[in-house]
Amino acid sequence: MNENLYGVLTLVVSVCFILALKGLSSPKSARRGNLIGAAGAFIATDLVFFSPGMTHQHKWWILGAIFFGVIVGVPAARKIQMTQMPQLVALFNGVGGGAAALVAIVEYLKLGSGASTAEVVATVFTVIVGCVSFSGSIVTFLKLQEIMTTRPVVFPGGRFVIAATLAGTLGSAEWVIHSLGNTSLTVMAVLALLFGVLFVLPVGGADVPIVISLLNAFTGLTVAASGYVLQSTLLIVAGTLVGASGTILTRLMAAAMGRSLFGTLFGAFTAKPQAAVEGGEVRSVKSSSPDDVAILLNYAQRVVIVPGFGLAVAQAQHTVRELADLLTAKGVEVAYGIHPVAGRMPGHMNVLLAEANVPYEQLVEMDEVNPTFPQTDVVLVVGANDVVNPAAKTTPGCPIYGMPILDVAEAGNVIFLKRSMRPGFAGIENELLYDPKTSLLFGDAKDSLTKVVNALKAL
Amino acid sequence: MSGANAIHGIILVGAITVTDHASNNIQLGLGTAAVVLATVNMVGGFVVTDRMLEMFKGKPRVKKDAEVSGGESK
Repeated sequence: MNENLYGVLTLVVSVCFILALKGLSSPKSARRGNLIGAAGAFIATDLVFFSPGMTHQHKWWILGAIFFGVIVGVPAARKIQMTQMPQLVALFNGVGGGAAALVAIVEYLKLGSGASTAEVVATVFTVIVGCVSFSGSIVTFLKLQEIMTTRPVVFPGGRFVIAATLAGTLGSAEWVIHSLGNTSLTVMAVLALLFGVLFVLPVGGADVPIVISLLNAFTGLTVAASGYVLQSTLLIVAGTLVGASGTILTRLMAAAMGRSLFGTLFGAFTAKPQAAVEGGEVRSVKSSSPDDVAILLNYAQRVVIVPGFGLAVAQAQHTVRELADLLTAKGVEVAYGIHPVAGRMPGHMNVLLAEANVPYEQLVEMDEVNPTFPQTDVVLVVGANDVVNPAAKTTPGCPIYGMPILDVAEAGNVIFLKRSMRPGFAGIENELLYDPKTSLLFGDAKDSLTKVVNALKAL
Repeated sequence: MSGANAIHGIILVGAITVTDHASNNIQLGLGTAAVVLATVNMVGGFVVTDRMLEMFKGKPRVKKDAEVSGGESK
């Protein structure tokens, strides 16, 4: 292909990605933005086959690998439950980081002795950050999938181990740059993978989405760095875009949750093993029956429903809408109080409720709903815990301290629909459960809601 | 976030390039693995993002909440 034409098409693809990110920043144009991005990626992939210098000697390997990637990736993305979306995004991010690291390793193997220091440094950078992004994303995936504990994992001397691993990684990077050997590269890659794991392990609860976003930005940077090594303008542009937008998004998310980015990142270095949770003490909670809840709701004037991840797990979004419709028909004012990180990812709960056709007018954001709680008769907390936990205000040092919460304690009555007394994702006790105006309805959220709906119909 | 995630699947371009220039079996193997991973990232990322955004299709008014922390995150 003509060099000029190739250059022009590269520019077209870059513009596609910029328009895609721009489109994605507003819900109205988001879907179109995503399609523009996909079109850009499609052009870019075709384009590379016609780029100057291609040998086509391994064409069938490449096409076969692409085909294999498509038959793995598309069904995974098509079939995944909406509730499991965040971990899939984490996983996709991880494989992207892994791909970048592999590209850099192959490039390193080909560099030979004639390589400039800048090229070697960029390659080494890509391998390290790609490996960290890969193993870190896998750990966040395991946490979100609840294959491993969702609590921060902290062990004695953990921060020294993490610091030592980081020092070891950087030391071996120096070794790689000087020796250009394969042993040093392997050592460095293994240490970087280990660092990724150790870096994410102490992050728990609500900070996990921030880490995913950060690792996403990391992967963007590795793509840009490998673009430098491969002399591909396209990779530099796309990687820089993702790196920059990912960094901004990470900061926005951290700000929305009242966290400092620094605290989230270096929590790993400062986290201390927590004292064992105060043991043995059994405190009484007030449990309630579906009939009692129905009566309470029936005579309320204003009800706020606070949905959490438990609602999504129980697939109760349709039942909750049925309940809301029933109450609205009886003249009760109903709103949904949506915490910025309800679910496992910003905007996650909105997606789930939209799936159940809940009208947007009823979804009220935290800042708007909080002042209305004193005028609210009943708050129905469905499968949420951390986002209403007053410990975020009252207990310095707990994992969610400083996170803005929904002030449901201001309302007349609080009803928790819970499966058990198990603490939430962040793994901390919720004092609100023992409050005299709180009552608990144990059981699967969907079953409980169905019973409440039936009781309400019978009234 | 999900959309930006799909865009860095563009490393596929890099993966294809290095695989094309592979001069031995180790390079070819690693390169091919990179192509698979990058394809999963790119294709899966765009499909997932589209599915999430589809939920909002044809609704009267799109809530602005999700855009605060990045429409990208949807």
